Amino acid sequence: MAGRRLPAAEIWGRFNGCWRHWMSQRKRSRGSGLTQGDDEDFSVVPTQSPSQVQRNLESRSQEEINRKVTELVQFLLVKDQKKIPIKRVDILKKVIREYKDVYSEIVNRAGRTLQQVFGLQMVEIDTKHHIYILTSTLPRVEGENLKQDIQTAKLGLLIVILSFIFMKGNSAKDSAVWEFLRRLRVHPGEKHEVFGDVKKLVMEEFVRQKYLEITPIPLTDPPEFNFQWGPRAAKETSKKDILSFVAKMQKKEPSFWISQYNEAKANT
Amino acid sequence: MAAQMSDAHRRFLQVLMSHGIMEGAEARKLHRCCCEISKAYYAQDKLDDFVSTINNQLQPLFMQIRKGMSEVDGRTHYALVNMAETEITKMASDYAENELELFRKTMDLIILSENGFASSTDILNSADQLKTKKMKKKEAEQVLKIFVDDKWLSERNGEYTLHTRCIMEMEQYILSTYPDIAKKCNICHSLAIQSQACETCGTGMHLPCVGKYFKTQSRPRCPQCNDFWPYEIPDRSRIDSQSSSRRIIEPYGDPTDALYKEVILETATKMKW
Repeated sequence: MAGRRLPAAEIWGRFNGCWRHWMSQRKRSRGSGLTQGDDEDFSVVPTQSPSQVQRNLESRSQEEINRKVTELVQFLLVKDQKKIPIKRVDILKKVIREYKDVYSEIVNRAGRTLQQVFGLQMVEIDTKHHIYILTSTLPRVEGENLKQDIQTAKLGLLIVILSFIFMKGNSAKDSAVWEFLRRLRVHPGEKHEVFGDVKKLVMEEFVRQKYLEITPIPLTDPPEFNFQWGPRAAKETSKKDILSFVAKMQKKEPSFWISQYNEAKANT
Repeated sequence: MAAQMSDAHRRFLQVLMSHGIMEGAEARKLHRCCCEISKAYYAQDKLDDFVSTINNQLQPLFMQIRKGMSEVDGRTHYALVNMAETEITKMASDYAENELELFRKTMDLIILSENGFASSTDILNSADQLKTKKMKKKEAEQVLKIFVDDKWLSERNGEYTLHTRCIMEMEQYILSTYPDIAKKCNICHSLAIQSQACETCGTGMHLPCVGKYFKTQSRPRCPQCNDFWPYEIPDRSRIDSQSSSRRIIEPYGDPTDALYKEVILETATKMKW
């Protein structure tokens, strides 16, 4: 390899490479040799009895299985670092591939590795479409240590939006949300010095990360949208925590807002 | 010397993974924090042993926590690197094809340059000639900013060089891809992107390595050919620490905690229900 730079076509390749490039391929939005020609239906995982799985396992070498487990672990980590939920379809298509028959064994082992080495676990946030995120299994820490950077700022903005939605009764119109953010000097039309394109951040990135669910309201012209909490928000925080944040900000007791308080209590 | 993997190790790994790279001082603080939180035994100054325990677990996954030196201030940094990758495939999952091509072109410019920096003008001009898909200057500027945010490049006065994290991650790739051009430091023998080189014999050294090597010499001479060293010797004591105020996040943690940050706290008090 010395002195030779691999052409792009080769880089979109094999083994370790294949699953890493699906992202760039998605961005390119045109097919490549990799994703085309997959006739198998990767949305269905064959249900098997444990003895069947055992037999399938025996037909593969330990080395092969371990390799797949490693690939899956890396795949999950890379996706999750970008806070992108992981679809089972993609796991099957990009990583498992022809090892579909030992899918459950590979996933189980990957899960054990994630737990043992990273203290992470896979959590299904969409049981219909089988979409996962990684969450930490380590005990939570009271927030005294924080990294000052854009990720924190984004989370802060997100919490503000989640709070607004909750206080408005779990659903808010986009015009109301933007009006509220305007008071914090965050405007959808202007480039924010920290967040950049705020509209994109809120309506695309947060939605893609499953923190927000934004649905169009039918028969509205110009189109209006409804903001709600996304499944990741529900998993990573709670109504109780959000209400207690609002209470701290307003220097009041959470019970000051009776209906939200009752709702938060019922939610735990 | 194999200690057991514990929650302290896992927490350290989660945080390092979310940062990508950390300065030595920050890493030591994180080590202490993680041990305190998990009520694990904390052996001060034993960060490297702590890291070894983690590396034992990472090895079958082709990952490693590596130690490297910043070319700017000579400080030790710890980065989580992927060892299965031998090329830019590590980045390939995060960027579009033409963005990767722009990065490769930028890397060419940096490595071929005298001082290890590529001017934004040169980079933007090459954006115009991308084979994959042309990029307008505006878009290329945005992409460069993303590379800086993601710690592949660092920027100084409109010029770009490789970030410490990038050098640590891609050292082998760079040395094998640019075998005759990429420089190695005469003192520490690692890849040198920014360096001072002897005008006579071409021997090169990292700036911090130069500072260290010539510390006691009043009339610095090239270690290879003994000619006078023509450059200003970097002063090792001048670097200001800006990491003391940096604190550590719980990367998978309760996002509500984020709001206790000054930045948000200030704006949030303006909220009215």
